[in-house]
Amino acid sequence: MARLGMVIDTRKCIGCMDCVVACQVENDVPRGYCRDWIVSEVRGEFPHLAMEIRSERCNHCDDPPCVDCCPTGASHVEPLGKTVQVNPDRCIGCKACVAACPYGARYVHPKGYVDKCSFCLHRVKAGKQPACVSVCPTSCMSFGDLDDPKSAVAKLLATRKWHTLLPGAGTKPRVFYLE
Amino acid sequence: MLEITSSRLNPLVDPQLHVWGWEIPVYLFFGGMIAGMMVLAGQAMRRLARGDDPEAFFSVQTPLLGFVLMNAGMGALFLDLTHKTHVWAVYLTLQPLSPMSWGSWVLLAVYAALLASALVRIDVAWPWLARRFPLTMRISDWLTARATRLRTLAWLNIGLGVALGIYTGILLNTMVARPLWNTALLGPLFLVSGLSAAAAMVHLAVRVLPGRPAPQGAAAGALAALWQTLGDRPPAAAAGLSLVRADVGFLAVELVLVALMLAGLATSTAAHAEAVGLLFASPYALPFWGFVVLLGIVVPITLQALELGHRIPHTVLPAALVLAGGFALRWVLVNAGQASHFIAP
Repeated sequence: MARLGMVIDTRKCIGCMDCVVACQVENDVPRGYCRDWIVSEVRGEFPHLAMEIRSERCNHCDDPPCVDCCPTGASHVEPLGKTVQVNPDRCIGCKACVAACPYGARYVHPKGYVDKCSFCLHRVKAGKQPACVSVCPTSCMSFGDLDDPKSAVAKLLATRKWHTLLPGAGTKPRVFYLE
Repeated sequence: MLEITSSRLNPLVDPQLHVWGWEIPVYLFFGGMIAGMMVLAGQAMRRLARGDDPEAFFSVQTPLLGFVLMNAGMGALFLDLTHKTHVWAVYLTLQPLSPMSWGSWVLLAVYAALLASALVRIDVAWPWLARRFPLTMRISDWLTARATRLRTLAWLNIGLGVALGIYTGILLNTMVARPLWNTALLGPLFLVSGLSAAAAMVHLAVRVLPGRPAPQGAAAGALAALWQTLGDRPPAAAAGLSLVRADVGFLAVELVLVALMLAGLATSTAAHAEAVGLLFASPYALPFWGFVVLLGIVVPITLQALELGHRIPHTVLPAALVLAGGFALRWVLVNAGQASHFIAP
């Protein structure tokens, strides 16, 4: 069974926010909210500075604390691609999952239920790439089965140096950032 | 230097997590206090079953007070939900890894235990109900007919009380993303704080709520049952003193647990040390040290010790301070915990 993940090349990402806009249009994300966002991280002292631009979203963790704490099973691991999804009809809006996510990837939708990146599962089922990946002008994002050694994501992870966000939180994220 | 700029500005999440407002601290406070009241009631019921203390005032009516407070706490929890019309989904499943899930089922058992316990002396608490609905009297008679049944109900109260008290702490403890809550001491701390608040609440109610024969009517009887939740007889002076003595013990243990929690977090990872720093140097420092530790624990211990030594007159001030401190503990930990987070390497 596939284990879907995303690899983002921070050397190619220019922070244009096309991915953010594509996600909002594709998933009808309400104004003032976002499922994915851009982070710029600058380290060092002038003139010795290093900058990393990242497109961030739900990490669809292998060990998702949001799923563990959900009292109704609304937050669950979908068999297809082992992605973390939210069933709005089961969500009671207790917000435990929002507090449990170390990445701040979830938000309370104006309709009351909790929402977040779904890796565009509806597009994946139709054989397409997630909206953010499909519109990236620099092709810095790759998406696929992490367990398939022939997939683009697996090859990138095997050949390039990468990191994940907040490894100390112990959630085993599945969004990887190439350095 | 590390400078991070994010385009994300989701309400309740950015710039700092604040998904839980006043409702959750109120719910946790009432939950802890009810847990403590069930343990106290269970202990007194055991004495009643032994025949040691047939007039034990807080054994027979404390569950009714607990039932009233339980509804207030559950009301606060319901107000916090943002998808209220789907609340029924909690009782369609049992998620073993979610403390909130099994806690929801424990709360049902707590409701049942409180109602059964309230029926033990329903003829005194609400005579109209007992007359109009003979079934309530039959249940009451059945419960009190044998000491074994009363003892079973007593242990049920104690067991469920401990489970509820610990659950209110574990609820926060399991959220790994909030380092301030990543301590196993939260469960015992909230349980002991709940026991202390329960002793203070019963003590306060004994002194403040009037004790007189319950009115006979339907409406007046119902109001009296809720208001005179500790029965129609003024308690013996020894009962009040035993509550004060118990409270001093609970507060002393609470103080030790607070110290251990701070030490444990401060000596853990950088994220945990930074999180506990919120209680030393942030807007949460004054409420924590001023209201929780000083006014909520140290001052009540001192005053109650002086009262027990007959050095100062007996007042309700320590009990009121303990209750305020118990709420402040939950308020500070819920809010400071949300402000705590893991740090980028």
